[in-house]
Amino acid sequence: MTGLAARTADTAPTAVFTGIGVTAPNGVGTEDWWAATLAGKSGIDEIGGFDARTYPSRLAGEVKDFDAAEHLPARLVVETSRMSHFALVATAMALDDAAVDPASTPEYTMGVVTANASGGAEFGQRELQKLWRGGPRDVSPYMSIAWFYAATTGQISIRYGMRGPCGVAVAEQAGGLDALGQARRVVRSGAALVVTGGTDSSLSPAGFVSQLPTGLLTTVTDPLRAYQPFGTEASGYVPGEGGAILVLEDAAAARRRGAGRPYGELAGYAAAFDPRPGSGRPPALARCLRTALDDARLRPEDVDVVFADGHGTPGHDREEARALAEVFGPHGVPVTVPKTMTGRLYAGGGALDAAAALLALRDQVVPPTVHVTRPDPGHGLDLVLGQPREIPLRTAVVVARGHGGFTAVTVLRRTG
Amino acid sequence: MRPMDVAITGIGVMAPGGLGREAFWDRVLSGRAATRRVTFFDPAGFRCQVAAEADFDPAAHGLTPQEVRRMDRAAQLAVAATDEALADGGLDLSELDPGRTAVTVGNAVGCTTGLEQEYRVLSDDGRQWSVDHTFAVPQLYGYLVPSSIAAEVAWRAGAEGPASVVSSGCTSGIDALGQAAELLAEGSADVVVAGSTDAPISPITMACFDAIKATSTYNDDPEHACRPFDRGRRGLVLGEGAAMFVLEPTARARRRGARIYARILGYAGRANGFHMTGLRADGREMAEAITAALDQARLNPQDIDYVNAHGSGTRQNDRHETAAVKTSLGERAHEVPMSSIKAVVGHSLGAIGSIEAAACALAIERGAVPPTANLRERDPECDLDYVPLTAREQRVDAVLSVGSGFGGFQSALVLAAPDKAAA
Repeated sequence: MTGLAARTADTAPTAVFTGIGVTAPNGVGTEDWWAATLAGKSGIDEIGGFDARTYPSRLAGEVKDFDAAEHLPARLVVETSRMSHFALVATAMALDDAAVDPASTPEYTMGVVTANASGGAEFGQRELQKLWRGGPRDVSPYMSIAWFYAATTGQISIRYGMRGPCGVAVAEQAGGLDALGQARRVVRSGAALVVTGGTDSSLSPAGFVSQLPTGLLTTVTDPLRAYQPFGTEASGYVPGEGGAILVLEDAAAARRRGAGRPYGELAGYAAAFDPRPGSGRPPALARCLRTALDDARLRPEDVDVVFADGHGTPGHDREEARALAEVFGPHGVPVTVPKTMTGRLYAGGGALDAAAALLALRDQVVPPTVHVTRPDPGHGLDLVLGQPREIPLRTAVVVARGHGGFTAVTVLRRTG
Repeated sequence: MRPMDVAITGIGVMAPGGLGREAFWDRVLSGRAATRRVTFFDPAGFRCQVAAEADFDPAAHGLTPQEVRRMDRAAQLAVAATDEALADGGLDLSELDPGRTAVTVGNAVGCTTGLEQEYRVLSDDGRQWSVDHTFAVPQLYGYLVPSSIAAEVAWRAGAEGPASVVSSGCTSGIDALGQAAELLAEGSADVVVAGSTDAPISPITMACFDAIKATSTYNDDPEHACRPFDRGRRGLVLGEGAAMFVLEPTARARRRGARIYARILGYAGRANGFHMTGLRADGREMAEAITAALDQARLNPQDIDYVNAHGSGTRQNDRHETAAVKTSLGERAHEVPMSSIKAVVGHSLGAIGSIEAAACALAIERGAVPPTANLRERDPECDLDYVPLTAREQRVDAVLSVGSGFGGFQSALVLAAPDKAAA
């Protein structure tokens, strides 16, 4: 074997985040996005990418003013879809942020694990249209490599010569955290570095309309009132696009290459699945939170902030609030939902929340939840509303729940 | 690398020409191809008009009308295979801890068949770009997000532990089993219902493979359209299907006195970091994956009694993996039988890795090596023992199964008999 040293469980390396790249509806570039997030600047607006005026839901968090060709080689832009554009641009930022030079890092010690929820919707719709209007010979040869769920991981691996273990996690909104958990497994199996996180874009007409039958998207048309998780006016969620890519490293390997101070450690992770509908059994989240804390060898009182899933529909909000109260006690921990500024990014959502949590640990400030006019007092949450909250932060929990019952929790811990 | 020792205690297979584990095994041993002219739609106008279709009726496999409507074909196949595996595994579901039961489903192209059908209606066969939302059916979101497949399997098994779809293209079927074994090795679950599924025989997927000229053009001879390692091979033939397994730590399986088909002892994946569809001739990354998987299994090349090849029947693949096996197994490469079942069941993308693992587990349990069908004249560049045409009865204690896919992913899985000792 070249470079992948065998390790046993009791010497499992510590996995730390050393780089962040963001392409989000309220900011492209990690620091621009973070400044916007702290300022409460929202990227939710009327859909501009296509005509949504006839649809019952008309809002989205689109990444505007994003021209992939400004950041990527022309050939790569053509052979990939928008979800991969976001990831490739974010990866370049994250590697730059981590000051990693892939070309001088042993190839089999670098892995790539990304999340994806719905594939390259706009690329897929375009080629389906060509097929059904013109015939099979009109379909682009890039369709076979652009739309599928593994496209992003494959392209990152190829662009940077990362030839170690790779993977693709698919669990709707929970997948973004599952990717981080799988990336940590890859680090523990001996890899030095894993590019991980997630991005999604399903904002083509067919991609958007495919989301409507769940009845979970808000039909409110005022961007300032549409997505109100844990609020008395919760009416559903707004979908978005984009996400975040993170560099996760073996802490010892990062030290050896002279990396700067990591953003934080991936100290705990757990995944679970809700009971079959109608079973009467409790949702998985409280159990998943406890498992993740056990994994991090921490107690609920060690947690300084929770980045909640914040679905924005009354039923889901109630379930999540109940689990948080059960584990942390009523009003037991500050809770925030910065995705009120982006919408739900599906596979990109958990990754972006992890990025926000890492920057919160760095800057000792909790980003706000916006647009929630009246938090539902029945939820018993200490929601960080309107303004950022400066408090000492050592440990952050990130929650992501995916449609159907997918549940994932990560525990992020400030290092040093 | 953490050691893994995972028992396969239940197997369910839905494959072309073989619905159900026993029918599948008979079919792959027979070497009779299940490839035929496409019947699911009119393939006229397509470059490749052949596929390995399963004559699968979900109602005959116990799915209710609402389940049939709710699930795309990929999920239906997975659920039918799950039911068979659970029954075969002899698990008492009421005695399992739901939170310690996990689900890992490999899948490459999601619910593409259902998505395409519904897209045609939404867009009126592509006439509208701004599609008509009033034609959106309730199950459409489940088609958009293939995680719905893992949800269906989890509901079937009453699983409330970690659940996910592993979607690394054509190695998904191996990677799902590898990740399931990792979950058990790290102690995150007691039992994993794992495997993979795909149902890609639809116009858009056939057109995708046409566009890159990866599929066979033997349209006038459908049963001999896929010819792995043969001089006259012209490409792969798409297939569909699912294989699901009950996996548990070997120690647990022994405690409950379960029948153990085989054990998963090693898994590794590498990427070629080279090209999304192209392969480097030397097969270096696949060789790396094989060596790493053998190391984890603590087995030597000499221990391997059978290699289940990716053997897709494309010109570049068969050369590539022949080189990879030579590099990683050394002298043993020239002695060990190595066959591909894809000439019989087709290449079912994300599903095939698990379907092949089912063949490997049954080869170990029953002491037989399936043949490479349609291999009449070996390509001079492919100079190993590919078990042409006829199955062989022989003792099989350890098996290597490999996969290769778009994105440059290369995966290897090592399985061994219940009583096989480490080297």
